[in-house]
Order: sequence, then C-alpha cells, then structure tokens
Amino acid sequence: MSFPWANQYAPKNPFMKWMDERLPLPRLVYNAVGAGYPVPRNLNYFWNFGVLAGAALGIQIITGIILAMHYAANGAIAFDSVEHIMRDVNSGWMLRYAHATGASFFFIVVYLHIFRGLYYGSYKAPREMVWLLGLVIYLLMMATGFMGYVLPWGQMSFWGAKVITGLFSAIPVVGTPIQTWLLGGFAPDNAALNRFFSLHYLLPFVIAGVIILHIWALHIPGSSNPTGIEVKGPQDTLPFHPYYTAKDGFGLGVFLILYTLVLFYAPNALGHPDNYIPANPLSTPAHIVPEWYYWPFYAILRAFTSDFILPAKLWGVLAMFSAILLLFILPWLDKSPVRSGNYRPAFKKFFWLLVADVLVLGYCGGSPAEEPYVMISQLAAAYYFAHFLIILPIVSRMERPLPLPNSITEAVLEKHGEATA
Amino acid sequence: MATLEHTESPGHGTEDGVRRRDFINIAAVSFPVAGAAAILVPLINQMNPSADVLALASIEVDLSAIKEGQAIKTIFRKQPLFVRHLTAAEIADADKVDVTTLRDPQTLEQRTSAGKKQWLITMGVCTHLGCVPLGAGEGENRGEFGGYFCPCHGSSYDTAARIRKGPAPKNLEVPKYAFKSDTVVAVG
Ligand code: HEM
Ligand code: FES
Repeated sequence: MSFPWANQYAPKNPFMKWMDERLPLPRLVYNAVGAGYPVPRNLNYFWNFGVLAGAALGIQIITGIILAMHYAANGAIAFDSVEHIMRDVNSGWMLRYAHATGASFFFIVVYLHIFRGLYYGSYKAPREMVWLLGLVIYLLMMATGFMGYVLPWGQMSFWGAKVITGLFSAIPVVGTPIQTWLLGGFAPDNAALNRFFSLHYLLPFVIAGVIILHIWALHIPGSSNPTGIEVKGPQDTLPFHPYYTAKDGFGLGVFLILYTLVLFYAPNALGHPDNYIPANPLSTPAHIVPEWYYWPFYAILRAFTSDFILPAKLWGVLAMFSAILLLFILPWLDKSPVRSGNYRPAFKKFFWLLVADVLVLGYCGGSPAEEPYVMISQLAAAYYFAHFLIILPIVSRMERPLPLPNSITEAVLEKHGEATA
Repeated sequence: MATLEHTESPGHGTEDGVRRRDFINIAAVSFPVAGAAAILVPLINQMNPSADVLALASIEVDLSAIKEGQAIKTIFRKQPLFVRHLTAAEIADADKVDVTTLRDPQTLEQRTSAGKKQWLITMGVCTHLGCVPLGAGEGENRGEFGGYFCPCHGSSYDTAARIRKGPAPKNLEVPKYAFKSDTVVAVG
C-alpha cells in the first residue's frame, strides 16, 4: 500500500529478476524502507526515534544472545556467573555493560518516540492501530526489562521480583495463588529465575514480530509529519531511500556516540549499586527501587496509602495498570481533528505540563516512600489521570486551532522563507 | 452417505432446523477445542510450585536464648519468620488499642498462643508487596507503633504485628505453630 507516485521496483540484474519471480524479498524491502516508500518531505529529527528503537532492539538481541552463552540461570550460581562474565570472559565486561546500558537507551528512545506521538497527534485516525501496536510493544518491553533485571540475582533483582509479582497478590481471592503460580514457589527462587530467563530470551523476538505489524500498519496511511496534515501529491514526499536512510543514519551516529559515552565512562550510572550484593531473602534493601524507566508508574503505585472501599494496595495496583492502559483509549479521548500540537495552542501548554508531571512522578518513584514524596506523587498521579480523562477531552472540544497550511509543501516553503528573511 | 447430501436442501433437516452438516461442524470444532483446553491444564499447571518446593520442612525454634524485648529472624518455607519476645509494656500497648479501629481487627490474644501472649510469632513478609519489615534485628527501625516498619513503601506495624499505617492491607501473617515445651516451638 503506498501512494500512486511511489517508485516502482524494477530489478535490472538478471539474478535479481530471477529472485523477484521466486521470492520477492528485495521488492518487499524496496517498498518498505527503500526508494519505493514515499515519505513526507518535512519530517524532523523526532521521526528518527523509531529507527533508533529498532537499532536498540538489535543491540539487545545480539549482546543478549552472547550473554546467554556464559550465563547460568540457577539461583546458586547466577550471581557468580555474571561476575564471571565481568571478570573472566573475553570482553565480557563490555558486552554486559552494553546490554545493561542498552536497555536504558532502548527506553530513552522509546519514551521520546511515544512523546513524539503524543505531541504530534500520531495516535489519531487513520493511525490508531499503529499507536495500539506500539503500546503492546511498550508493555512487552517492560516485561522483558523487568525479567532481565532479575537475572543477575542481586539484591535488587530478588526484591524487585518479589515486589512486582507481589502486585498480583492484590487481586482479591485469586491473587496469592497467582503470585505463587508466577513464581513457582512462595518466594522468588530457582523456579522463578529459570522461567524468567526463558521468557527474557523469548520476548524480544515477540517484540520483533509486533514491530513488523507496527510498521505494516504504519505503511498503510504512511508516516504523519510535523504539520499533521495529509500528503496531497508527489511534491509533498521524498523517497525513503536515500533521503531518510541518510537522515536516520546521521541520527543513529549521534545515538551511538551518546550510548558509547555512557557505556564506557559511566556504565553503572543508570543502575543500582545494591544489585552488586548477592540476593538475600532475609534482608530487604533499605530502599527498593526498580530500574529508572519504571519510576513514574512506581510512584503511582505507591501514591495510594489509605483504604477507600477497596484496600489501598489494590487501588495502587489498579491505578498503576490503568495509567498505561489509559493510553490504549487515547485515540478516542482526544477528539480534535487537528493532529499536530504546533497548531493547538491550548493542547501544547497541557502537553508540556504532562511532560513535567511525568518527570515529577519519575523523580518521586525513585525516591524513598516518605513525605514529601508521597504527597507529591499523589498530586502528580491525580494530574496524570486528569490530563487524559478530563483536560484532553475538554480541550479538544473548546480549543480554537491555529490556521493550518494548505499543504506540506506550502508549510515547508513558508518556513524556509521565514528562516532566510 | 454422499447421495444423502444431494437430496438435502436448506431447511430440510430435523424438526428444529439443525442440519446434519451443522451438527458435524459443531462437533468437529468443539472436540478439538475441548482437547486443546485439556492440554492447557498441564501447560499451565507446570508453573505451580513443584514437589520439592512443596515438601515444606516444618521447623523448630529454640526460644530459650531470646530475651524479653528481643526478636530473631529465621527461615520458614524460604521466607523470613519473626519470633519476638514482647515486654510487658509492649503487651500493654497492644492491648490498649480499640480493635474496631483497626484495618485488620484482631487482638494480641488471637494472634498468639493461649497463655503465651509474650511470644509473637509471625511471617516476616510485609502484606503489601512482600518486603521483609525492619524491627526484628538489633537496633532496627521499629516504626511509629513500636512493632515493625517496612522500608519499601512505609507500612508500620504495632507490637502485635498489626498493620497500623501505610499501604499494607493485612496484619503480618501468623503461621501455624505449636509449643512443644516452654522453650521449643514447632512451626509448620
Ligand atoms: C527487549 C530487549 C531486551 C531488554 C530490554 C533487556 C534487558 C535486560 C536487562 C535490564 C538486564 C539486566 C542487566 C544487568 O543489570 O546486569 C538483562 C540481562 C540479561 N539479558 Fe536481556 N534484554 C533484552 C534482550 C535480551 C535477549 C534477546 C537476550 C538473549 C538471550 C538477553 C539475555 C540476557 C541475559 C543472559 C542477561 C543476564 C546477564 C546480565 O545480567 O548482564 N536479553 N537484560
Ligand atoms: S512491601 Fe511493605 S510497604 Fe510495600
């Protein structure tokens, strides 16, 4: 599916012709990420993050498969096998740091990718399915990252596993049996470690599969763009290759520089020192925190401290899951026909407030469960829900958007004129 | 059989309109569905605790070395167990509380063995999300109510290990146990 003016695949080389008639894989690639895929000509650098997320997944899969060659998923030796990777395996320290830092960078680019979608209204028709599949990928990533963090079997691994599986025990009646079922025991132990390893190996490939669906769904209407208006004709687009392969290649270079800077100069900056203490079921670390990428949700979980009809614990769990599930109905909460935040003055202000709110939640989620953090989390969690359930539907009805340009090309030329004037 | 098909026309089946072919369709689909559901049972059940995990050893705890005001941490079913020798003041504190005001209403009496009110034996597993509360070790923070304090999300338990403040919904669990003598207790 593409615009009628897309370049047509025409193999010149006889071998490629022969291949095209038998297995048209090169044709598929040409039409998906080659010269056969027309893309709006005005994409900015925020459109790089999808490709960067794909690159990050590639890094995780390659380094992960290598780690799995040296790692042992057994409670008695898991911690030592990770130390063995760090000290004895050739370049093991680098590969492990590449995997641990890679997980953080994967989340950084995915968060930027998600907020790009929120700002430019990419979740709106006709791209709802792209958005929904993206959220599925995000949920799978959270599960994968959580199970990966358990594997080194340090203190944070163990207690993280206990606290996160403990979330399920909040479900009335069946909660505790579910937790026991997930762990294969009454507390995290060998059974849990083994199944987490099995699933941690599997899920990235499931993610890769969902990414294919995500891109398939994207390529039906094609990419949106910073103006949010539709492509009207050939003058509005450029072929993906070489224009966007070059732009994405540049972005990838910047990403790799930042990634390797952290990897080589501050590999433990994003991790928790307690995970270098072997798991001890009898001693809880003074302050259990998950990896930084879960902090905003962790803050919402802890924001509920007193019972109201339901126990506080169940409220916390429900709120935490709803905070993510809410995003699944976002395309139907924001009714504004204008996509891009650039033309929505009121929406734009609330968008940045939401960004600030999520950062505040993240900060509180990484802090101890004490005042003032609990109170701040409560306010910020309330605002988070209000943003999506109250503010967004109202703003999308009341707001008077700025005039939209007539076409992408007009917008580009206008901007260019301004820039040179 | 094949000839029967020819003569059949729509609506020409049994009384209630169910034709032979519909029946075969339903049967052909439901049989494998039932089979698949049956296969799911072992696939799901394998994740439940295995026999070795379930073979729970019961343990015996020697109380003679635990002085008044002291507590020990030991392991029961791979989870921490708190055994605490309450002081008279702690018992009085626990009894003073109006039980109806509690989140999980229980008296100290109900949570201890008859005539052995000074021995508070509970799991050391916070009923919120399962951290080990502080307070059993020497010099650890016992929280606002003098019992146990869970550092994870700030649950405070009193001297009967009842939940008093914070997100945990229940009192610390009291496992099954029996006194074998004045100084030995069998848990499990
Ligand atoms: C979605 C992609 C992935 C993410 C987000 C991810 C995340 C993580 C994280 C956060 C850790 C803990 C790192 C640490 O603190 O040491 C980890 C460990 C590990 N991962 Fe992955 N991972 C991914 C893909 C993979 C793949 C495809 C494999 C292949 C089998 C793999 C194998 C491992 C192994 C063996 C460990 C334990 C060694 C260690 O702790 O360094 N991972 N993963
Ligand atoms: S686990 Fe104890 S307060 Fe959350």
